[in-house]
Amino acid sequence: MSATKPYVRSMNGWWRKNPYFMRYMLREASAVFLAVYAVILLVGVFRLSQGAGAYNTWLAALTNPLALVFHWVALFMVAYHAYTWWKVMPKTMPMLRVSGKRIPEIVLSAGGWAATVVVSLVVYALVRGL
Amino acid sequence: MRRSNEPIFWSLFGVGGVLSALLGPILILITGIIAPTGIGMPPQAMSYQRMLAFAQSWYGKVVLLAVISLFLWHAVHRIYHSLHDLGIHAGTGAAVLCYGFALVATLAAGCLLFVIGF
Repeated sequence: MSATKPYVRSMNGWWRKNPYFMRYMLREASAVFLAVYAVILLVGVFRLSQGAGAYNTWLAALTNPLALVFHWVALFMVAYHAYTWWKVMPKTMPMLRVSGKRIPEIVLSAGGWAATVVVSLVVYALVRGL
Repeated sequence: MRRSNEPIFWSLFGVGGVLSALLGPILILITGIIAPTGIGMPPQAMSYQRMLAFAQSWYGKVVLLAVISLFLWHAVHRIYHSLHDLGIHAGTGAAVLCYGFALVATLAAGCLLFVIGF
């Protein structure tokens, strides 16, 4: 019996061949940065539960240049996630009609982008202490 | 036919996706860039006293638990499904690892916020 090895096309770098797939993978990669950021926050809550000294060590660690670089990249990646999330939202939700007319997709997406901007400004004002 | 558990994970992915689209960029900007560099906000904005008071309030607990937990449920769902795109044909083990991580982190956040007190 001769064992034949079936040909399996390699999946290495398939997404690098088309800008559309590159953007798709960039969007998917944003999840890694979001997960790491959530873990950083979880560690922050842990350090907060340990007292002022531990919490201040966590705060100081965030000033490390590597931490700053990570957060700049994460900011870009998660902002890209937010952009794509609202962009595809009209395709993932039931059609909305106003007096029999379908609301254009771009209007729904724009509503989402506007919501992100408004929420961001409100959060910034709240944290700053108004 | 066995009922699929996908709707549960997809719902958590969806809610986490909305929450991270609304809050993700600004939170990263505040906690990761503004607070450490001190540009654009007074230095006491993220002080121990202020953050402790926030974590001890009921609304602060809700916000912290929702952000940490749902960001992770969203992220692990996306990472799990992206494994396929990278040519990794992940089975049950990878699913347990991904969703298990989000579950453990959710429970950990809940316990810590309880320990921090009210």
